[in-house]
Amino acid sequence: MSIGGLDVTFTNSSLMMVIVVSLVVLFMSGGMRKNALVPGRWQMMVEMTYELVANMVKENVGKEGKAYFPFIFTLFMFVLGCNLLGMVPYSFTVTSHIIVTFALAAVVFVGVTLIGFFKHGFGFLKLFVPSGTPLWLLPLIVLIELVSYLVRPITLSVRLCANMLAGHLMMKIFAGFVVGLGSLGVLGVFGAVVPFTVNVLLTGLEFLVAALQAYVFAILTCIYLNDALHPSH
Amino acid sequence: MELEAAKAIGMGIAAIAMGGAGIGLGNIFGSYLNGALRNPSAAPKVRGDLLLGFALTEAIAIFALLVVVLILFVL
Repeated sequence: MSIGGLDVTFTNSSLMMVIVVSLVVLFMSGGMRKNALVPGRWQMMVEMTYELVANMVKENVGKEGKAYFPFIFTLFMFVLGCNLLGMVPYSFTVTSHIIVTFALAAVVFVGVTLIGFFKHGFGFLKLFVPSGTPLWLLPLIVLIELVSYLVRPITLSVRLCANMLAGHLMMKIFAGFVVGLGSLGVLGVFGAVVPFTVNVLLTGLEFLVAALQAYVFAILTCIYLNDALHPSH
Repeated sequence: MELEAAKAIGMGIAAIAMGGAGIGLGNIFGSYLNGALRNPSAAPKVRGDLLLGFALTEAIAIFALLVVVLILFVL
């Protein structure tokens, strides 16, 4: 299917994203359905994720960051949902595709840059000139700061994508060992216990990485936003 | 040199970068344990920073792994 020359086919990637978004909405609205003063278990989970991101924004951005909390919370929940749902066997890990994470990172980068220019005008460029730099070092420092600023969307997207990709790759390699050894007869089946154990442990590690990378993605967005709101450091 | 051999050597060289990430991760957790055992009451406060540092350092190792995978499958 294509509209105006653009390929807009509904792929399995799009389907997973729709599933993730509906599950997140279900999780949030279902937990807050009763809206009790003393929270139950489900409401407690919702409140804990809310407080995690709220504290992150408060500590890293400060009071002005409150206006951007919905954006960062949405980003965090989406990435977390994609990462965790990708751990279900035979499902599809959306965040292991560079184009998805790069689109997310590009939104963050363009948005943060625009916020910086709207809030401070050309004062935003003070971000590239750290205070207390000797004058003869200035051209070099400005260049380094500029490059490290422009490379942010790439590192942000590649970090998330490569982490998910490498983790799933590692699990599949060890699963391949299990199958390969298991087809060697009785002795091979006993040998296959070792890579199988490793694979179970790797699955646990992957769950940690899935949650951690969503957290890192959100916290780095906070740090970039802090740079835009308080450019003179 | 055969292309396959050059690829294999390149993959091996690219994987050396993971040694640096290993040193970094050891440094992070070693410093954390050092600080946490000296002052256990301050340990929960830095656990978030610990995990952030872990994820950022691990990402470097995974960049190296990505280079290896690129050589293996793409080049």
